[in-house]
Amino acid sequence: MSIVRFLALAGLATALAGSLTPSSAKAQNSVPQQQYFPLQSYRVGPYAAGGTGFFGGFIDYMTLINARDGGVNGVKLTWDECETQYIVERGVECYERMKNHVPPPSAWNPLSVGIAYAMIPGITADKVPLITIDHGRTDSTDGAVFPYVFPLLMNPYSESSAIINFIATRVGGPDKLVGKSIVVLYHGSPYGKETIPIYQLLSKKFGFKLEQIEVPDPGTEQESQWLQIRRIHPDYVVLRGWGVMNPVALKTAQDTGFPADHIIGNVWSNSEEDARPAGDAAKGYIALTTQATGTQYTVIRQIVKIVYGAGRGDMADKSRIGSVYYNLGVVNGILNVEAVRIAQAKFGDHTLTGPEMQWGFEHLDLDPGRVAQLGATGLFHSIDVTCADHEGHGFVTFQQWNGSSWHRISDWIAPDWALLRPIIVASANKYAAENGITPRDCSKPQFAAN
Amino acid sequence: MDWGFFAGTAIAGLLAGLMYALVAIGFVLIYKTSGVLNFAQGAMVLFAALTFVSLHEAGLAFWLAFLITLAAMIVLGILVEAFILRPLVNQPPITLFMATLGLSYVVEGTAQLMWGTQVHALDLGIKDTPLPIPDILVSRFDLFCASVASTLVVVLTLLFRYTRLGLAFRAAAEDQYAALNTGLRLPVIWAAVWAVAGFVALVTGLLWGARTGVQFSLSLVVLKSFPVLVLGGFDSIPGAIVGGLLIGLTETLAEVYIGPYVGGGIDEWIAYAVALVFLLIRPTGLFGQRSVERA
Repeated sequence: MSIVRFLALAGLATALAGSLTPSSAKAQNSVPQQQYFPLQSYRVGPYAAGGTGFFGGFIDYMTLINARDGGVNGVKLTWDECETQYIVERGVECYERMKNHVPPPSAWNPLSVGIAYAMIPGITADKVPLITIDHGRTDSTDGAVFPYVFPLLMNPYSESSAIINFIATRVGGPDKLVGKSIVVLYHGSPYGKETIPIYQLLSKKFGFKLEQIEVPDPGTEQESQWLQIRRIHPDYVVLRGWGVMNPVALKTAQDTGFPADHIIGNVWSNSEEDARPAGDAAKGYIALTTQATGTQYTVIRQIVKIVYGAGRGDMADKSRIGSVYYNLGVVNGILNVEAVRIAQAKFGDHTLTGPEMQWGFEHLDLDPGRVAQLGATGLFHSIDVTCADHEGHGFVTFQQWNGSSWHRISDWIAPDWALLRPIIVASANKYAAENGITPRDCSKPQFAAN
Repeated sequence: MDWGFFAGTAIAGLLAGLMYALVAIGFVLIYKTSGVLNFAQGAMVLFAALTFVSLHEAGLAFWLAFLITLAAMIVLGILVEAFILRPLVNQPPITLFMATLGLSYVVEGTAQLMWGTQVHALDLGIKDTPLPIPDILVSRFDLFCASVASTLVVVLTLLFRYTRLGLAFRAAAEDQYAALNTGLRLPVIWAAVWAVAGFVALVTGLLWGARTGVQFSLSLVVLKSFPVLVLGGFDSIPGAIVGGLLIGLTETLAEVYIGPYVGGGIDEWIAYAVALVFLLIRPTGLFGQRSVERA
């Protein structure tokens, strides 16, 4: 083959490849404005029940916005799913595969502590927000150090504080916690261990006796842990579980004669999938949540009517609409979509970049009035994210299992943010020092984060 | 020393150990007759429990759902023999092990494809409450599981020792070529033993499913059985029981009495530590058959 012919063929091949690549400028211009969400979902594997509910709710809400409003100010919401099975390596592989999508990712929502931790350096370099609703690194609440990470609504420390505040209401006030005995039964993982120091701090502050007992993953056998609890004879047990550990804890508690209504579950022990398998043993069990269950909220009713009415719903099992994970997915959808809307108000009604989305999340302020406009009154309380506070002062509520469904038993409760803030800042600054990060000055107006 | 608490802890450990033994028996059955370490046993437990509970929730009576599931497990056993074991006959053990590893993923995926990913409650009608014995904790449900496991061991031991099928199983286990020469049909024997293992998986799935809920994690209960197998021997059904009792007792006592001093959460790895030490001292386990080869 002559060099001229080779170059001609190479040129032809390049031109063809260019015309076939969706990322070419020509292709981009022909595509309507869209806001793209890569979804690292898990619909098979051990945690599929949670994954199908959460991502089902998230997708249904985006479908509602497209169907009812024609997108966000004319910009359609689009998404792709990539199956992770909740495995960190697969989650990272999905991130690598989808990060170069055109248009670029708006935000990442992996709903996995492990995957989120692994993505932080990458998304920070890419300048695309990482949403860890109700979970993730506690110190990522400090947006000065973690500009692109958003543990929206609640971080693990706030959760711990809210649980103790709730127990205080059960025993007659914070001063009555003195001398009480509380056991924290935690999952043997970085997630489970993250709150060990904060419970120690809360124990010192309120004067209750504290024992923290680990359950090795996956937690299918807990006789020895509950025998220890039986010997301690605590007033309350905080269940910081995950997956199969939760129903086994409730069953074994019944075995040992510990009352279910003195077990307080955290946010990853609060679903129907955690309580229902335990049968009668779960009756009376109490758990924290950032979003209420049920289908009575306007937004959920609209999803049922408009999305499922048109046969476009994501949930194969419609009876799960209104469940804990589903409603969390809907709330997550609301927060993502409202971040788009807020960013559009500043940057224009077009496809937003990662830094523009970051600005949107960092100015996500939904007071109860705005929550009502969104048809979500009672579904969740409010959120007010700032540069310094990426959690957004989320409120929590407590629900009790009656044997077949959850019922709210408390008002919206605020964690002790003032107590937690110095610990969060100290931890974030330590991370910054270790990783050579210069924290932003949140007192100055922000645009694109560093 | 609170001896009442110690006794309660020991009993709880022994009863937990019988639950581990139940899983181990499934492994022993396959290994004993074909020399294959069936990694898919956990997936079979999941498949059986998920099939049963889905049929039961669909309105089928308990025993009808049980029989249909049992039939499904027998069909699964026949398919495994026809499409995996037979084509791989005479292959090295590691090849067969890898085949069962692949099989476990196929069975898990099929189970979720057929019956969905939801978590199901399973009520066997046995109250999961403690017996009214002061200071000593004995769960009624655990006692029921222990009696089922013991019955299963007795039945399987009798089957292996005193029936023609059992004799055929033992012959196939002893020397496959010799068994073939005497006219035994190895494919039939293997299919039969996989079917029996399917029955054990169903019983295991129901008991574990009643405790943990029927969910994907059921396939992980196999991890509890490996130390039991090392201790009791891979080819001994009574060994599975003794190994289970020892492992259950060790990990419960260790967690309760040593755990608090070392940060807790040791019951998971202490069983493997014991198994590792045992492996160094007695590689065939307490009841495992020592292979003797002529020079």
